[in-house]
Parts: sequence; structure tokens; C-alpha cells
Amino acid sequence: MDQPKALPTNYVTQPDKIATSKGKTVRTEEMIINMGPQHPSTHGVLRLEIIVDGEIIVDAIPHIGYLHRCFEKHAEHMTNYQQVIPYADRMDYVASMNNDWAFALAIERMMKIEVPERVEYIRVIMAELQRIASHLVALGTYGIDAGAFTPFLYCFRDREEILDLFEMTCGARLLYNYIWVGGVSHDLPQGFIEQAKEFCTYFKPKIKEFNDLLTYNEIFIKRTAHVGVLPRDVAINYACSGPMLRGSGVHWDLRRDDPYSVYHKFEWEVQTGKGEVGTVGDCWDRHIVRVREMEQSVKIIEQALASIPEGNVQSAIPKRIRPEPGDIYVRTETPRGELGFYVISDGSGSPYRVKARGPAFVNLSVLPEISRGAMIADLTLIVGSVDIVLGEVDR
Amino acid sequence: MTAQELLDTLSSRFGSAILESKLDVNQPWIKIDGNRAREICLFLRNEPSTRFDYLMCLSGVDYNDGTLGVVYHCSSMEHKHKIVLKAICSKDNPHCQSVSAVWGTANWHEREAFDMFGIIFDGHPDLRRILLPDDWEGHPLRKDYKVQEFYRGIRVPY
Amino acid sequence: MELLQHIGLEQNLLTIVLVSALPLVFILLYALVTLYLEMKVSAHIQDRLAYMRTGWHGVLQPFADILKLLQKEDTVPAAADRFLFKLAPFVVFAGTYAGFAAIPFSSAYIGSNINLGVFFIIAASSLVVIGILMGGWASNNKWSIFGAIRSAAQMVSYEIPTALAILIAVMITGSLNLQEVTQYQSGGIQNWVVFGGSLPLTQKLLILPFTLLTFFILFIASIAEVNRTPFDLPEAESELVQGFNTEYSGMRFAMFYLAEYANMFLVSAVAVSLFLGGWSSPFGEALSGPLWDLFWFVAKGMFLVFVQIWIRWTLPRLRVDQLMYTSWKVLTPFLFLCVFAVGLILVL
Repeated sequence: MDQPKALPTNYVTQPDKIATSKGKTVRTEEMIINMGPQHPSTHGVLRLEIIVDGEIIVDAIPHIGYLHRCFEKHAEHMTNYQQVIPYADRMDYVASMNNDWAFALAIERMMKIEVPERVEYIRVIMAELQRIASHLVALGTYGIDAGAFTPFLYCFRDREEILDLFEMTCGARLLYNYIWVGGVSHDLPQGFIEQAKEFCTYFKPKIKEFNDLLTYNEIFIKRTAHVGVLPRDVAINYACSGPMLRGSGVHWDLRRDDPYSVYHKFEWEVQTGKGEVGTVGDCWDRHIVRVREMEQSVKIIEQALASIPEGNVQSAIPKRIRPEPGDIYVRTETPRGELGFYVISDGSGSPYRVKARGPAFVNLSVLPEISRGAMIADLTLIVGSVDIVLGEVDR
Repeated sequence: MTAQELLDTLSSRFGSAILESKLDVNQPWIKIDGNRAREICLFLRNEPSTRFDYLMCLSGVDYNDGTLGVVYHCSSMEHKHKIVLKAICSKDNPHCQSVSAVWGTANWHEREAFDMFGIIFDGHPDLRRILLPDDWEGHPLRKDYKVQEFYRGIRVPY
Repeated sequence: MELLQHIGLEQNLLTIVLVSALPLVFILLYALVTLYLEMKVSAHIQDRLAYMRTGWHGVLQPFADILKLLQKEDTVPAAADRFLFKLAPFVVFAGTYAGFAAIPFSSAYIGSNINLGVFFIIAASSLVVIGILMGGWASNNKWSIFGAIRSAAQMVSYEIPTALAILIAVMITGSLNLQEVTQYQSGGIQNWVVFGGSLPLTQKLLILPFTLLTFFILFIASIAEVNRTPFDLPEAESELVQGFNTEYSGMRFAMFYLAEYANMFLVSAVAVSLFLGGWSSPFGEALSGPLWDLFWFVAKGMFLVFVQIWIRWTLPRLRVDQLMYTSWKVLTPFLFLCVFAVGLILVL
């Protein structure tokens, strides 16, 4: 498949000449508009250079790098592999638990460490809670992009319950440094399981309330159906993952298809977009995939809470982490998609090279493909449906 | 398909472009000639028995012995197998063929490898810096990188 | 005017000017109340409390907001067209305020008792479009121009459903003068135009669905006239930062804001006078009199303003082409149907 040509950086708008009846010519030009880096709706410091013809977008070029914090260079200078975990937290700051887990999993696989089963259950519970919290942020801000200001507040109210659970466990609300190589930093406190069960019962009707308010609202459907359609083969070719890929109808979820941890012990379903109110792969499909994933996460949490075994969560944490020289690539399913860490070890105590493959970075690269021909008002919703977090895009 | 079968398929078809391999590790890798990367990847993507349609990751590496490397992690959604390809180039003349025509996602990954390591991908449609400002000097993730003193009048090391 | 007679003053230039400035006083008081109302209503819809510490439950917050806006730096962008930039908020406000002249606040007070009342209101409030275009163009900012163009297109298209709905009310009541229209509807809730006006029972039952539909369409079109969600694309925060308002700060911004609130009340007042009985009491003769009339009028107007605020915080916004589609292909045909039906029923 041939690549579409990217516009050169010295793009000059092309005037169109229209001849009028009196022999004079009228010129129309395309306009280059800048959206960002500071903009209420680009979810962070993203600069979009949009070339428009009236209201129709001819091309949308993302410029990133405003939040580049040199994660990979820092990781090379750490004296200990465990020290990289707080940095990994800060990449995708909305879904920290999942970042920690991906890195810890990479080192554990490289050193062939077996973690206790209780640790696996705790990790699953935390990751799924984090998935719900991250989707709540994504859905709430998506409502604001569409103009509905109220669902955002409802989502954050529910997210507070999850953050209370996290604070109870490890003391932090956003960046946890909780999942370490070989285990977790603290065991579940007393009262966590009851509170988590209460949260699950509390949260299920809230999803229905959110759907009634936003998802099935006629105006919202009109704004998001048939908009930003991502065809299946383009999604796979551009290595999209997570709700972007599943919204296009591809049945692919790393928790099931490239399994890790104890996900195989729980009953849950992979949600895909079916084009219920529009085309398969439009913004509404990605939105409904996220909503339904929240429901499935609640299911997984309930099952995990019911069957969590006893054990010591710190027994497998190695005193000294010195993997054999070699390299490994491990990927996990975060709320945004496939987060992969490629770690090269040279036998010493600090990593030789850590490459973080952020799902938001890869998902964002498909933006020009799906927004050609849309209107400027649609672009906001398309960017919102990609669900980017700039910390992960820029690392 | 096992890694040995894959290596055999590739060797029989591309012969001299397949350099080394190590198949007995957790994630077996095959070293290929960087100047023929595009044909090899196109074959891997289109061939029905391999069908590597998903490029998981493309990373640049500095091996600290005068060479830079590009590591491709490919997977197949159909056959659920994975392979790692490595291409080596020298630091003085770092060229590798671009695979952005094979997988669209390679476009940004290659730009990042260029930005961080200075590896020039031949045939890339728009090779320019992605994470750093366009007028930054140097390639930061190289092991011998010295940060510049001043950037547009701002003192960089603090 | 009747008001001067009621309070026993003689008519000369000074008293006439003072009495004509009464709507301005009303607008300022109403703006304070509506600022508070918007803050509290939006907060309770979003499951939170708004300001609780400035005064009891935040009643002094509107004053604090106004003081803050008053002391802000007055910035004019360097490349902006200074004259138009400074003039725009005043043109917008003038357009709205002119419409207040023909609104009957009470049986004893109407600014200007002209026979073309509602026609004058529609014409004068079109000045707002010019002001918005001025503001957007003079800001020298691509996003402002986008906002201004969208706003102009939107307001002009939604004048059609507004005018048609007003036409239906005028057909039933027989006059363009709002004072007479209100007097036609006095005598109790059953005489309100939205319930059919004072017609014989069979005609009333036939006309009832059409007048209800017309009232709802008028309300929707009036939300679009005021640029509020779901029709607030011109000032869509998520896209255009603040639309044509982007470069305005301090008192100029406050002027735009005041004009928007005044416009909200203006269109509610028109809808109330034409359809909901204006200043007449719903109980007929009970609870009526010049001051009671003022109370009923303001209460009904504020109720419609409350509904506008309620809708703003519930619904997402329409895209600009969907907005146009709604106006031209949905609201207008329905209203044509209503005009035809109402005319037919009145003739029978």
C-alpha cells in the first residue's frame, strides 16, 4: 500500500483561480489555521496545523514534542531498575497503574521471576480500576468537546471513589509507584475489598445514567456518527490499538490475545464497534467501546475480589535486579491501547536502553488520515475520540 | 510458524540480506541488511504464511561500538506469531531503508529514531525531527551525546 | 404615559428620559440575579455546590465578578481595527436595548406604545448581527472571524422561524402592538395564546396542537438567536476558544456578556407577551393591578430564562451545518404547516 505524501514543511497554500463572466479572475485560497498548543480542547499541549478550505479540512498535521521529558534518557541513568517505575508512572499520567505494570512485567519476563498469585490478583484489580478511572476522564472530556458540560462532573464524581480506593492502598491519587518488579509496594489494606465491592454496586447504575445523558442523546449521535471513520485495514496498518482498533470492528484485545497475568481466569468479553448508529469505526463506535469496556472492567473486578487468594505480596521482590544481557519487548493493554516496553540489558544494574512504545503516540499518527474531508467542528471530536494523553505521546 | 521456519523462508528468498540470527532466546531475532529492509518487510507482510501486518515497535539503539541499530518488532494478527528483526548501520554513515511504505505506523517511529539517534531512513516521505524542536543540535539518545550550551539564547545545562 | 400618570408626575423631557431609562435599571438588576441563577442552577445540575462563601450561599458573587471585570486591563490587539473593536460591544448592546422599548412590562408601563411593536423588536434586534460581525472582524484573529461568520449565519437563519411563529400569534390576536396582544390574553390562563386564545371551544381544541408546537419552535429559535447551547457554536469554548469574544477582556467583555443576558430576557419577554399572557395574571381578575402585573411578567420571563439555563447545561452542541439544517429544513416547514392550519381554523 503506497503511503500518501506528507505535506512538506514549507507548504504554501495554492490559490484557485475561478474565471468570472466578465473575464476577471477571482482567487480563493486555502487557509492555514493553528490549533494549539494552548487550546481548551486538544487535551494537552498538542499543536495541530490545519489547512482548511472554508470549513472543510484539507489536511491536519499534528506537531508534538511540547511535553518531551526525556524518559528514555533518564531510564539509562538510573542505578536500579525499580527506580525507573516512577518515571514510567509519569508517562501516561491518567493511567499510571498500567504503565508500572508494563515495565515491571518486562523486567520480570527478562529475569524469569514468578510472582505470587495474590500479587497477580491485586495487579488485575488495580489495573481494571485504573481503566475505569481513565475511561471516565476520556468520556467526560469528550462530552465537553461536544458541548455537554454536565457529564464531565458526573464522571469525576465517580472517579473520586476510585481515587479514594487508591489512596487507601498506596497513599497517592494519581501517580502511584505501586507495582514494583516482583510484587507490589503495599498489600491491600483492611477494608479495601468491602469498599471496592461497594464501589462496583454503586457504579453500575452510573454507567446507565451516563449513557442516558450523553451516549444516546440525539444531538451527540448526530455529532459523532459517520465522523472520523477509521477503516479496519488502515487501523491495522497504522498499528492502532485499544479502543481505536476495537472501534473499527477488529476483535483484538491483548488481555485475551497475548495473555499475561490471570486474565484467563475471569469471564469477560472483548467489546468492538459494530456501527450501531453510524459507520463501523466512527467516533461513536470508539465512544461506546470505552463505555462498554468500563462495564466489563467492573465484572472483572467483582470476580477478582470474590476469589483473591492469601499470600505475601513482597516475597518475590528481588534484592538486586541484574538481568542477563539480552533484550525483550513486552506489551500490555492499557486504557489507551498497547503499551510496549523494549528493554535492553547489558548485565549491569541499570538498563542499557528502554524504549517506551506509547499507544497514544501511535494512535495519533493516524489523525491526518481520518480527518481529511471533515469540518473543523468535527476535528475536535475526532481528536477527542483518539483519547491522547500528551505525556505518553511525547514521553 | 516457528522462528526456524521463518529464518529458512527468508534465507531462501533473500539469501545474502539475512546476516545473523539467534533463535534460542525468549524472543528470537534475525539480523537483516538495512539497505534491503523494505523488500524484506514487504514480503513478510504480504506472504500469506507469515502475514506480519502489525508493526508493534520500531526502535533505534546505540550499541556503543561505533554502530547504530534499528530493531523491528513485528507481529501477525492472523497467525499470532512474532519476530524481531535487527538492522545495523555504522555511526559515521547511518543509513537504513525506510519501511513506512509497508506499515504506516513506521512513519512516526522512524522520525523518532532519526530525531534521537540520527539514523537516516532512505525513502521516508517526511524525515524531520518529531519530539525535539526543529533547530536542535545533536541526537540525544546516542551514548556520546553532549548537550549543547545554548539553545536560542537559553542556557541548556543547569 | 400611563406610568407617569400613575405616579402623578407631569410629562416633560426630563421625566420622559428618566422613565425611558427604567429598562436599563431593570436589565442591570436582572443581570445580577441571572448571574447568580446561572451559577447555582448549573452547579446543582452538575451535582456540586457553587460559591458558598461570598455572602450567604454566594449571593455576593455576582458583585465580586463585576468588580473583577471592572478592574481588568483594557487590552486592544495591536493589529486590530481600533474603532470597530471598541464600537462592537456597544452596537450589540444597543440592538438589544432598543428592543426593550416595545415590551410591555405592566399594564401601566410600556416604553413606546407603537402599533408596530413586535415588528420593531424583530428589526431592532437584528442590529446584534452587525455588532458580532464587527467584533469578530476587528479582532484580527482567524478564530474570531470563524465565530463571527458562524454567528451571523446562525442568527439570520433563525430569524425566519422566529418571525413565522410571531406571525401565528399575531394572526390569532389580530395586532402587532404587544400591549394590545397582552390585553387580548387577559382574563385567566385559558385565554393565553399558547392554549388557543379567546376563541370558541371547538376552534380552540382544533388550534391547540398548533399553538403549542409554535410556542416550542419559537422557544427553540429564540435560544438560537441568543447563541446559547445547543446553538452556541459561535462561541464554542472547545473549538474557538471564545469565538468572536476571544480578544475582548474586562469591561468590553462584560458588555458582550450583559448584552447576551439582556437578549436572553428580550426573547423570553417576546415569547411571554405573545404566547404566555404577558403581564396578565393567570387567575383572571384576582391578583392583578399595575404592580402585580409587573410581578407576573417578570416571573414568567424569569421562568423561560431558567429553562434556557437548564437546557444549556444538559445538551451537547450542534455543528454549524446541522444548525442550519434544523432551521431551514425542520423548523421552517413545520411553521409553514402551522401558519396554514391556524389560518384555516381561524377562517372556519
